[in-house]
Amino acid sequence: MIPSIPQPKVLTIGYAAYVTLFFVFLALPLIVVASFAFNDSQFPSLPWEGFTWNWFFGDERPMIGVFHERSILRAIGTSVFVAVGVSALSVAVGLSNAFLFNRYTFRGQGVLYVLMLLPLVIPGIVLGISILVASSRVANGLWDGFRWDVEALRPGLTLVILGQFSFITTIATLVIGARLQKFDRTLEEAALNLGAGKLTAIRTITLPYLAPAMIGAFVVAFLMSFENFNTTLMLVGSDAPLTIAMFDRLKEGSTPLLNAVSLLLMLGSSCLALVMIFFQKRGR
Amino acid sequence: MRREAKLGLALLLTPLALWLSLLIFIPHIDLFLVSLRERVGVGKYELSFANYLTFFNEPLYLWTFMRTAVMSILATMLTLLIAFPVSYYIAKMVKGRMQAALFLLCLVPFWVSELVRTFGWMILLRETGIISNVLQYAGLASGPVEMLYNDAAIMVGLVYTSMLFMVVPLVTTLESLSDEVVEAGYDLGGNGVSVLREIIIPHAMPGIVSGCIVVFMLCLGNYLTPTMLGGKESLWFTELIYSQFIVRFNWELGAAFGFMLLILSSLIVWGMLRLTGQSLEKTMG
Repeated sequence: MIPSIPQPKVLTIGYAAYVTLFFVFLALPLIVVASFAFNDSQFPSLPWEGFTWNWFFGDERPMIGVFHERSILRAIGTSVFVAVGVSALSVAVGLSNAFLFNRYTFRGQGVLYVLMLLPLVIPGIVLGISILVASSRVANGLWDGFRWDVEALRPGLTLVILGQFSFITTIATLVIGARLQKFDRTLEEAALNLGAGKLTAIRTITLPYLAPAMIGAFVVAFLMSFENFNTTLMLVGSDAPLTIAMFDRLKEGSTPLLNAVSLLLMLGSSCLALVMIFFQKRGR
Repeated sequence: MRREAKLGLALLLTPLALWLSLLIFIPHIDLFLVSLRERVGVGKYELSFANYLTFFNEPLYLWTFMRTAVMSILATMLTLLIAFPVSYYIAKMVKGRMQAALFLLCLVPFWVSELVRTFGWMILLRETGIISNVLQYAGLASGPVEMLYNDAAIMVGLVYTSMLFMVVPLVTTLESLSDEVVEAGYDLGGNGVSVLREIIIPHAMPGIVSGCIVVFMLCLGNYLTPTMLGGKESLWFTELIYSQFIVRFNWELGAAFGFMLLILSSLIVWGMLRLTGQSLEKTMG
């Protein structure tokens, strides 16, 4: 069925109705979460007790708002720290990988490419436990052999960053690689003809061309890291990123505070998405 | 190869090699080795299959494993069934701005974390939740209805969470199907059903396969949705792994569980690729 071929009216209307219903299904949980952030009650559920900003700005019990809740603010800080680390690392390695697969042909390249994709098909929780097992083996070995206590190899933020990096890099590689593939190599050759060195040509011609993809990869990596739950859950130490902190609270029972945090998250990620779309448009 | 080129190749290979070996291969080998050892005394271990035997001999473990697999397959099929008409609508029935807007609308929910989405479903489905209240208000239920903490709730959560990963590849492949081909199908005497079966679905196959693989993987490895939306009875295999690792501190058994999960997911992904004649590079890259 395509628009150029006439169909019975019932069918077209039915189809449109189905699609509308689908979007209602998509939007419903988010709308509900967002609206109960303003409910003047201890529970994020009906009945509606009236409108309040207290879950954002409230500073006395029982309604302490997000901006006065230390543990949540600290968790947000932790998440941002982890996400920036993961994004920077994975964009750097992703850029290197993109050049490797685009500019060189070598034996075993195809196999290596498939291996590079593997982290995407390993369940996150398995990635988490495998890194946990390996790092504690190394840490125990160092302790038994040299009495070195390497804090970074115990569950904590370093491992969380490495764990998330281990699969987000694949995505960064794909995003940057896709744009590098469209690059017109003759531009680089022109720079070389005009007397530029190889690295200068890459720095002044190729990297600016790749910039939108690199920013895109950074934003995607940032969001994926911020949202990541499974891998983080297995590697987290005493400093919990936001998703883990919220999960712990949610298990104990929820207050509209969590709705307020969620609403802020939605706004934050929409802004990031807009930034990315803006850069993507400019790159075209 | 010139010397300079060789140096460049080596420089670019290093990060990739470090990343894959230190964070993917060595950890998985370690995990496998841990799963193969049995604790025989304090700090003493022996090589054995005891952990795998425990897995196969304990009905609860095996049952949870099968249940997780079957429910993930079911969730994948449901996601495909729901997403296909929507993707087709976005790719072929609307054009220009409307198309871009609808596509973007599909992406929006997935910019926020899975936790928030699950939380939304909890507010909707629980006894004091929105749907229960609406039903009572409409007179369809006499008292509060609990819709949370069962398998259906898990299913809703899984399908919702996976939707994006099905819609995006489907829209991308369906967009490349030209209208003329569909018209030709009708001109040659086909009807809606035969055009769908002979033209549209075969064309969309790469998208269907990659969507299904990703969605299946995400369902199988999901921890949050089954924990938050499922009840005491509805165990998910990842919950077993978590409890062995973090709660009971029995890493040997947990590692064996992890490996079983990895084997299951690899088998199904491989099977799906073989069955449809696709390759991993084409579906993922």
